[in-house]
Amino acid sequence: MTITTTRAGAAHTAPARRAARRGRVAEALWGFAFIAPTGLGLAVFYLWPVLQTAYFSMTEWGVFGGHTWTGAENYARLLADPEVGRALVNTLTYTALGLAGIPLAIVFAALLNRKGLRGVGVYRTLFFLPVVTMPVAVAMVWRWLYNGDYGLINHLLSLVGIDGPNWIADPATALYALVVVGVWSSLGYNMIIFLAGMQAIPAEYYEAAAIDGAGPVRQFFRITVPLLSPTAFFVSVVSVIGSLQLFDLVYVMAGAGGAARANPAYPRMQTVVQLFYDRAFVTNDRGYAAAIAMMLLVLIVALTAAQFRLQRRWVHYA
Amino acid sequence: MRLRSSAALLGVVLAVSACSGGNEPATTAAGSQERVTLSYAVWDNNQKPVMEELAAEFTKTHPNIAVNVQLTPWTDYWTKLKAAVTGGEIPDVFWMNGPNFQLYASNGVIRPIEEQVDTSVYPKPLVDLYTYEGKLYGLPKDMDTVGVWYNKELFDAAKVKYPADDWTWADFREAAAKLTDPGKGVYAVGAQLTSFQEYQYNTIAQAGGYVISPDGRKSGYADPKTIEGLRFWTDLIDKKQSPDLKTMTDTVPLAMFEAGKLAMYWGGSWNVAEFSANSYTKDKVDVAPLPRGEKQATIIHGVANVMSAKTEHPAEAWEFVKFLGSRQAAEILGKKGPIPAYTGTQSAWVSAHPEFKLQTFLDSVAYAQPYPVSKNTAAWNEAELTYLTKAWAGEQPVEQAAADLAKAMDELLAKE
Repeated sequence: MTITTTRAGAAHTAPARRAARRGRVAEALWGFAFIAPTGLGLAVFYLWPVLQTAYFSMTEWGVFGGHTWTGAENYARLLADPEVGRALVNTLTYTALGLAGIPLAIVFAALLNRKGLRGVGVYRTLFFLPVVTMPVAVAMVWRWLYNGDYGLINHLLSLVGIDGPNWIADPATALYALVVVGVWSSLGYNMIIFLAGMQAIPAEYYEAAAIDGAGPVRQFFRITVPLLSPTAFFVSVVSVIGSLQLFDLVYVMAGAGGAARANPAYPRMQTVVQLFYDRAFVTNDRGYAAAIAMMLLVLIVALTAAQFRLQRRWVHYA
Repeated sequence: MRLRSSAALLGVVLAVSACSGGNEPATTAAGSQERVTLSYAVWDNNQKPVMEELAAEFTKTHPNIAVNVQLTPWTDYWTKLKAAVTGGEIPDVFWMNGPNFQLYASNGVIRPIEEQVDTSVYPKPLVDLYTYEGKLYGLPKDMDTVGVWYNKELFDAAKVKYPADDWTWADFREAAAKLTDPGKGVYAVGAQLTSFQEYQYNTIAQAGGYVISPDGRKSGYADPKTIEGLRFWTDLIDKKQSPDLKTMTDTVPLAMFEAGKLAMYWGGSWNVAEFSANSYTKDKVDVAPLPRGEKQATIIHGVANVMSAKTEHPAEAWEFVKFLGSRQAAEILGKKGPIPAYTGTQSAWVSAHPEFKLQTFLDSVAYAQPYPVSKNTAAWNEAELTYLTKAWAGEQPVEQAAADLAKAMDELLAKE
């Protein structure tokens, strides 16, 4: 008995500490065991390819495997390649304009969040439909809408006497035409996230504001918008990353398959990933393509880091 | 060691096949009675049944060799094949085309044909196309040439005579001027930029120019005659006898031709399937030879059957390729598919559609020129589009665009 009490009372003796440490180590090991499947998956399917790409970006990579070390040569080429500069400008412009989708999504979410709105389910489904539609199908339909001679858009414009351009074959309009489709396709997804964000705002805030005499518009700008800023931050990070990786839309809309390069607007539509594709899979220049991919990785990391820094200025956590 | 033993095996094959009569099963020719399954990769879904028929026919005379036809759609075919080569899982026998051939031959991915074969039964430009550094690597399977498909109804409406077999560039231009009807939105022809095989390569050859030097080292785009061949098309755009590039980007010329908006369509023999099935074109169109410039020319291309350099059954693979290149196989192919490359087996293909003058495509083989290729054809094919788009869009004079292209192409060829 005495022994037990001594033991119990001596919880801080050395052997007990060791036991506690063993317990913690065992616990940590179990923790690692539990995340191992995901961790291994990430390492094998994400981390390892990234490292491989980094390595290949410093080689000349043969079409059928095999490579020779070329050091920074691909990166030197990158700096001198006018197509790279062009693709960067196009991609960044697309990304910046694509951010216009965020306020739009907030407004639509607010409209759909109104109490007593009839057929709200129908509207939400309609807005969400593009998100669950295959991007290639979306692009094909828009390609037809944008057709200069037979497209619906120009047909409608002709009714009011406007002779519309060849939207996706005209260098002046092509990129903006892509932005419209991009914003339209992601509107539903962003809207759902904002709706969730709005529904998390406690109703008492609005009640209090209403008692103080604030109308719906004032409530929207003074309560909804600031309290949605964490959601907006999330959406903005995700959509910037998504925009920087734009590919399928351009691939389908610029021209079927290899025909894209014969589109006079291609210089205004070519994105970084499209350029990567051209080099990796069209001209068999894979080492260089890997360098383009690394450049995009750096760009995405830099822009995301910048967003995380800037968020302190505008994001309010309630 | 391996190489020598397979060469010895081939010797046996030769000796035995030389002795065996035509009807004798050639099983012994394969050198062993061991049961072997060959994989055979193809990209055309429409031709898969006839390929399977050919495989079954082959197994009749070679009971120990089964052939497994593997279809990979065109869009994934080359990507998958490249990955397969890297991973060492390449099919034993597969389809090859001109633009890719030298890439595979120069990298030792495909096996040259060791046996002396009679190549005079195939059009010479096709044999040349699949010859690399003096060695033949594939036997031509099919072929295609280019002609002018024309809409008889639009010709009648414009009171223009149908193209004669000996018509010239001048005749073509005269007809083009008359056939263009802006009021009805009808153009003479679409100066398409996305199919050099059907458009630019033909007029370049007709003008007496060239795309790539015979040794594959230099671009021909700076040559004044080559530029003449390009100007043939940009002139048509300038005169508004062809839709402009923007319009053709939105709506491909094929679709315009099938909607009665183009009077003529330069197209390959493979368009027969399309035009005979389309309810608008099936009784309104016919085909004429390409007009003659400084010379008469059409581009000929065809698919060949090649063997993997790493196949475990080289003797059997060669037996199969040889069978596919035979008269017997060509006759089976001609009934169902494209024009067989084997001379004298094309009558079934011609008579399948008596409504079109398909003999035109065969007659043009006499003056056909090979499809221009090099080791990395895809690289300068991209440059052709990048630079010539500027001339087609009217942003640059064609001489300037062609000169820039020649420079870029020379740089790409130097890297090969």
